[in-house]
Amino acid sequence: MPETIEQVPHEAEADLHVRHHFANAEQQMEASTLGMWTFLITEVLFFGGMFAGYAVYREMYPAAFAATSEFMNVEIGAANTAVLICSSLTMAMAVRAAQLSKRGDLIKYLIGTLIFGITFLVVKAFEYHAKYVEHLIPGPNFHPEHLAPQFMHNAQILFFLYFCMTGMHAVHMVAGVGLLTFLLIQAYRNVFHAHYFAPVEMIGLYWHFVDIVWIFLFPLLYLIGHWHW
Amino acid sequence: MWASYTFLADLPFAAPIASKEAGDIDLLWWFLCAVSLVMTVLIFIGVIGFAFRYRAKPGVPPVQLHGHTALEVTWSVIPFLVMLVMFWWGTDLFFAAQSPPKDAMEIFVVGKQWMWKVQYPDGTREINALHVPVGQDVKLTLASEDVIHSFGIPVFRVRHDVVPGHYDSLWFRATKPGHYRIYCTEYCGDRHSQMVGWVDVLGENEYSRWASGGGSGGTLAEQGQQLFTQNGCSTCHLLNEQGRCPILKNLYNKPVELNDGRTVIADDAYLRESILQPNAKIVNGFEANVMPNFQGQLSEENVIQLIAYIKSLSPATTPSQVGVLPTKGPQVPAPGKKQSAATKATAVTPAPQQAAPQQ
Amino acid sequence: MATTYPTTPEAAAEEPVNYLNVEHGWKSWLFTTDHKRIAMLYVFSITAMFMIGGTFAMLMRLHLTRPEGIFAPETYNRFFTMHGVIMVFFFLVPSIPATLGNFFLPIMIGAKDLAFPRVNLLSWYLYIFGAIFAIYVVAAGGVDTGWTFYAPYSTTYSNSYVLSAAVGVFVAGFSSITTGLNFIVTVHKMRAPGMTWMRLPLFVWANYATGLIQILGTPVVAIALVLVAVERVMHVGIFDPNVGGDPILFQHIFWFYSHPAVYIMILPGMGVISEVIACFARKRPFGYEFIAASSMGIAILSFVVWGHHMFITGQSVYTGIVFSFLSFFVAVPSAIKVFNWTATMYRGSVTFESPMLYAFGFIGLFTIGGLTGLFLSTMATDVPLHGTYFVVAHFHFVMVGGMLVAFLSGIHFWWPKMTGRMYSEAWARFAALMIFAGFNLTFLPQFVLGYLGMPRRYAAYPPEFQVLNVLSTAGASILGISLVIPLIYLTYAWKYGPKAGNNPWGAKGLEWEIQSPPTTFNFDDTPTVTEEAYNYGEEVEEQRVA
Repeated sequence: MPETIEQVPHEAEADLHVRHHFANAEQQMEASTLGMWTFLITEVLFFGGMFAGYAVYREMYPAAFAATSEFMNVEIGAANTAVLICSSLTMAMAVRAAQLSKRGDLIKYLIGTLIFGITFLVVKAFEYHAKYVEHLIPGPNFHPEHLAPQFMHNAQILFFLYFCMTGMHAVHMVAGVGLLTFLLIQAYRNVFHAHYFAPVEMIGLYWHFVDIVWIFLFPLLYLIGHWHW
Repeated sequence: MWASYTFLADLPFAAPIASKEAGDIDLLWWFLCAVSLVMTVLIFIGVIGFAFRYRAKPGVPPVQLHGHTALEVTWSVIPFLVMLVMFWWGTDLFFAAQSPPKDAMEIFVVGKQWMWKVQYPDGTREINALHVPVGQDVKLTLASEDVIHSFGIPVFRVRHDVVPGHYDSLWFRATKPGHYRIYCTEYCGDRHSQMVGWVDVLGENEYSRWASGGGSGGTLAEQGQQLFTQNGCSTCHLLNEQGRCPILKNLYNKPVELNDGRTVIADDAYLRESILQPNAKIVNGFEANVMPNFQGQLSEENVIQLIAYIKSLSPATTPSQVGVLPTKGPQVPAPGKKQSAATKATAVTPAPQQAAPQQ
Repeated sequence: MATTYPTTPEAAAEEPVNYLNVEHGWKSWLFTTDHKRIAMLYVFSITAMFMIGGTFAMLMRLHLTRPEGIFAPETYNRFFTMHGVIMVFFFLVPSIPATLGNFFLPIMIGAKDLAFPRVNLLSWYLYIFGAIFAIYVVAAGGVDTGWTFYAPYSTTYSNSYVLSAAVGVFVAGFSSITTGLNFIVTVHKMRAPGMTWMRLPLFVWANYATGLIQILGTPVVAIALVLVAVERVMHVGIFDPNVGGDPILFQHIFWFYSHPAVYIMILPGMGVISEVIACFARKRPFGYEFIAASSMGIAILSFVVWGHHMFITGQSVYTGIVFSFLSFFVAVPSAIKVFNWTATMYRGSVTFESPMLYAFGFIGLFTIGGLTGLFLSTMATDVPLHGTYFVVAHFHFVMVGGMLVAFLSGIHFWWPKMTGRMYSEAWARFAALMIFAGFNLTFLPQFVLGYLGMPRRYAAYPPEFQVLNVLSTAGASILGISLVIPLIYLTYAWKYGPKAGNNPWGAKGLEWEIQSPPTTFNFDDTPTVTEEAYNYGEEVEEQRVA
């Protein structure tokens, strides 16, 4: 399918962005890519510690964990999941636009990703607020209504894990929003084109990773107990 | 083990040993020392020897070698085989150390910042001190009221962490009378180094003399019975008929079917959990959320006493379970003698007849 | 030994442009992206932290000369915790990678810098930020949980600055992660033409393997500390058994990192020793492939042995069996290295300069340290030895007798390259011998103390242990003073020492082919590598006079 490509800068212009210690743009791109993947592996281990804690306590208290599912709003969680998946789509489109030197599309898709990301965070904020109002924040004021008393203590652990894991995820989302804003500014200044789009791709990788973490969090935190075999 | 440990204990640089199992462990220790010494000497000779033998001499160039795979494999495999011996031997002894004999005398130790509270089945209590007869298997059930401690007696080469939230245990069989140190060996706060004590291993006669004192509050089982009544347990856990709650007679160490299909054994850990976290496991046919949660209201010592009482409701399979100390004849007073006034005022039947100890 | 003394004032003044004199001023240092300058920044910072951690060690040993102690027990508890936290997280973990690794890894592979120079600078700032927290904790009154932060003491019972200490270690952890990440990407993507994996210096292999551990393990301890911090502030019960939490879960998460961490704290040292022995025996290391593979093997196996710290916590005996077996398995690669270093000297041409003296010390002390680890992998002997001074002696043998000695060996070996100046060999040999003697006197008695039953982390002990404790303190005094000596003569040499040529030791390696000190971009032209590493041959003797 023929695509109209906007003015493609000469390949030599790519070398403007090659830092002094790299031999060429290709080496820099490979290094950046490996660097970002390595960083994401550290993030897997980071979240992995929390997932391990979740796994241990869920195995110990399956009934308590299942009982907490009534406090999780599955609809909102599902909606947020859809929002994030859409944001990954727009992010991927943004990377593609950068590869094709399409500044207009790039800006459009980055804005779209930002909107989805901020929507997710706003919805999360409302969720957290609702939990606060219902006394579901672990600590001295923890007091879930209608929860069977025998699950009270163990439910606090589950809610702690909920806030810890979704909170850590939200922190990463906020960082992602910041990075996207940076990208947007750079895109507006026409920095990215077919021969230099590494930051877009790398931040795209990061964004997809944060999305994937949520794909794991959603079923583990929201959907347990809602399954009836 | 085929080796008698006594010659090890007599080595001039050996740490004192007061049990056969400690001797077994020390034999392994000396094996490890020997292997380490041989390895160290070989390496030292190699390094110093080669360094001097091949020191730089004018006109004598170094010879560039390119490795030798067979040698590499050899010096990897042989040490590994030696290590397998260590692994096997150590695991074997470790298994033995984790398996207390069935007829072991049970003593309960509760660790709390910063003291060890010892309770004997006959009700005697001590702090930072333990008295045991020589030649008797002793099992210590350990509990913590606060942080992680660790109970260790070097002379028996035994130790176990005492983790809050469940019971831990260790066992030993002293073979040599003496006065030996007890240490807390897991950092537990300001006075960790003061959480030390003494274990006295007494000969038979001495031990009978010491033990005949008994506890002033009655045996552990009797103290447990008092708590059972005071805390209202007796209103639901009726003794001879099914109340709203599972019957406790003949329960100890028997299998229990739970409402989720699992079957568990009603051992010490199960009983402790049932008291402190009653909704963790629900017996089949009963409802959840009926038994009050006693977490925070009963100390670890109270729980030990209650468990001793519940044990006394089952036919005794070992003398220790009915608080009989392995001296000549039962030391537990005949039923009815030491009951306090409180127990008489309730509808609960008095402490059951102590069965003759099964030998 | 090749040192050239400037014979005229003009010659002395005329110094070629190098990374040190190319720019001046504090901004050129604090905003540098040159890996060599960042390495020197780290040298200063970790030396400062080492002094603080070492001071606590001296206070501890002073206290332990009397069975009843000298300071209050609460004070002593803070001493040993701060000593451990600072030495582990702010000295040993960064030590060789952040100093010698940062400086030489790019040069050794023919690169102009690490893959991400700005991230490298960030890692130093993260380190400083974490160190500030640690110093704050010291000034404010200390933390007393032990460097292991076990729950529930750390989360619920301790009255000390646990939160600040946890934050400091958390931040320093990210410094470690970024260093490891940088090294991994650099080694994969920035090797010069002809520098194949099997031509890499063993120091590069060692730091690469260390980087793998850093990136995979450190995030997990970060989470462990986050959980402790949150539990401490909000009391949610994650490690509180009264509400269903499990204190042993903390230990699993903590040791999942902290065991691999001890390999972070030895692998780079092993890399240094490989370089030093090859140079001063004038030989290619005996089994290059085996040494390289053993570094990787240690890195991988390090992640599956953490349970040997927990044999008596009540974990399943079968779990213990698996961990015990694997712990023996991970000892094999370390043994392979020791044998290979020894065999490297066979039919070599050995000289005894100070870096080599330190290397000898390393081999002996690491062997003892490693062998005593076997006592602790063996489950039955771990029972009486766990939590005693035997463990303390074991890890000091591998970490001080091993890593610190290797660090000193590397610093001496590469000081002429880093600073362009040669230090006093006489003082260096004297210090090396004193350190060796002081170290052994400090820690050998502690093996005996542990066997006799003296527990660790004790502020007061039974009187029968006093003699051994006093011996240990005597050794510590010698060790402490001896460690100050290199600080003095190395600093003196930097300013007033004779100029060292490009290759004062006559060693093989890309770093010895460039000027001392190197220029900012290391190489004028990217080198093309055509020969194996350590290509020592008959022509080596002439090269000694650079």
